[in-house]
Amino acid sequence: MPPLLKIILRRALLGLLTLLLVSVVVFAATQALPSDTARAILGRDATPERLAALREQLNLNRPAVVQYGSWLGGVVTGDLGDSLVAKQPVTQLLSGRVKNSAVLVSLAALISIPLALVFGSLSGLLRDRGFDTAVSLGSLTLAALPEFVVGIILVLLFATQVFHLFPAVTLLNPNASIFGQLKMLVLPSMTLVLAVAPYIVRTLRASMIEVLESDYIQMARLKGMPERTVLGRHALPNAIVPAIQVIALNLAWLAGGVVVVEYLFNYPGIGSALMDAVSNRDLPVIQAITLLIAGLYVIFNLTADILTILVSPRLRTGLQ
Amino acid sequence: MSPGRSKGPQAVHGSGLELSEEVIGPGFENVSAPRAQGAKRRNEWVQLAHDAVHYRRTQVGLLLVFLVTVLALFGPLAAPYTPYEFTGLPYAGPGDGGLLGTDNLGRDVFSRVLNGGRSVLVLAFAATAIGGFLGVTMGLVAGYTRDAIDDLVMRVLDVVLAFPQIVLVLLFVSILGPRVWLIVLIVGLTHSPRIARVTRGATLEVRERDFIKAAEALGVSRVRIALGELLPTITSPLLVEFGLRLTYSIGLIAALSFLGFGLQPPAADWGLMINENRVGLIVQPYAVFVPVVLIAILTIGTNLVTDGMARAMIGIERDTGV
Repeated sequence: MPPLLKIILRRALLGLLTLLLVSVVVFAATQALPSDTARAILGRDATPERLAALREQLNLNRPAVVQYGSWLGGVVTGDLGDSLVAKQPVTQLLSGRVKNSAVLVSLAALISIPLALVFGSLSGLLRDRGFDTAVSLGSLTLAALPEFVVGIILVLLFATQVFHLFPAVTLLNPNASIFGQLKMLVLPSMTLVLAVAPYIVRTLRASMIEVLESDYIQMARLKGMPERTVLGRHALPNAIVPAIQVIALNLAWLAGGVVVVEYLFNYPGIGSALMDAVSNRDLPVIQAITLLIAGLYVIFNLTADILTILVSPRLRTGLQ
Repeated sequence: MSPGRSKGPQAVHGSGLELSEEVIGPGFENVSAPRAQGAKRRNEWVQLAHDAVHYRRTQVGLLLVFLVTVLALFGPLAAPYTPYEFTGLPYAGPGDGGLLGTDNLGRDVFSRVLNGGRSVLVLAFAATAIGGFLGVTMGLVAGYTRDAIDDLVMRVLDVVLAFPQIVLVLLFVSILGPRVWLIVLIVGLTHSPRIARVTRGATLEVRERDFIKAAEALGVSRVRIALGELLPTITSPLLVEFGLRLTYSIGLIAALSFLGFGLQPPAADWGLMINENRVGLIVQPYAVFVPVVLIAILTIGTNLVTDGMARAMIGIERDTGV
């Protein structure tokens, strides 16, 4: 199918272009702003020698374009520079953190997506009944709440005030497997689930209602097809398509949402690493993490676009 | 928060837009009498507000927003102490340490709560206004110029969209330092692509209408058409979008204060209070709980009002009573 391939290739190239522009923004915000980067990092009372050494390390003496080129070259070859604080390669410093965040985000995604799909489609199916009203108001309320508010309410409920079931801060033993310490992950992942699920629920409810009102569902019902087949074979698969994009956007949001949630629970992932790096002005670490998060967004988005093209017959066959 | 996290504005083409065409009538008259027709079109968002208020959820939302706003704006007048004076031992409970106890340094929590809402409200509103101005401008330009500029603007906005809003703020704060104006500006900036998309979408629908064509044929300048004809026609979706962005601004500004990048100590600010007092959560929960609840009430309130407006715009019947 060359036309389909061509469309996918075009989307991939656009994604790559966005990724490149993203790297320009990351670089510009940290190294090319009209301020003395070296002095900002070291503070007012830095000695001229230390300033000179740092400028040398970060290539700050050369033109911005050259700096960007060598930085991007490093990124492409997997060399993200050395942390200014820990004095070790950024990749080495972050590898454990990336793994921890990946576990947390995957756990949140694995729980929230099926949960939201069930609640959303049931809510659309039982439109305007008690269940639907409760789900709609619940998701509207949760969608309004900032994630740290949700997190603190969960801590008050399940860790400190009402029940004492789960720890309020994450104290992971770095020498043991993270999967043996799942109790630590309950509250952080629950916070992320409650932050993400409402949007998927609301999208699926809306698309379910739209699908159920369509002619082909009416046709299927009129010709006497069992309700279960109508819902399982016709309604649900079509209702899920618009949700793919929203799920992808929310997965991408999770990558950024972990910043606040990890800080709140003191969870050792990339979010809390970014917070530490920002307060220490650890430039190479800031660049690496922001680039990673924005890169994930572009990739999730691209995957969702391609998936949507592949699963919707109208888009797929329209190309041929 | 992520760009896909806005549901309402997708259903932009609603009764509101069709209504405006009916009201406006044939294009030529309204070009020759811009004033009269402007007054008529203003009815559109008055009508939207009027319709929205009939939903129970809008009423509840308005009440919540009103309560928190009054508390934030007039609270400082009712505070028994200044937010900075020490009134007791750190983390004293309610009773011996005032109505809500004291905070991590022994300051009166009740007085700090009453003083700490103004900053959240003002900064969030400012950020939303900046985002609205930039977004509507770019959206109108992109949607109305229809050529290469449209492509360029939308491509650049895609890049801003690739950063979660809080990450972009952290990126700029890292070297320039936590300055309040910078945070407001960047939060506004991160809103603008989302608002621009909604504006552009609505503009694309309206620009083919007869009254726009008529104005173009008469040689009215494009700027005047954009501001005088297009913009007044798409106020309903923009109003809904503004409400949504205001909700997210409150959350973002509060979250940034909570992370320690908003107002700096010793300022009284709800987000900062949560950060300062969470170590003492077990002994003195009120210093955290009360600001958290107030932020929650405010965002739930703005979201309920926004949802009411979105429902009024797309004309969902009020058969469930909520």
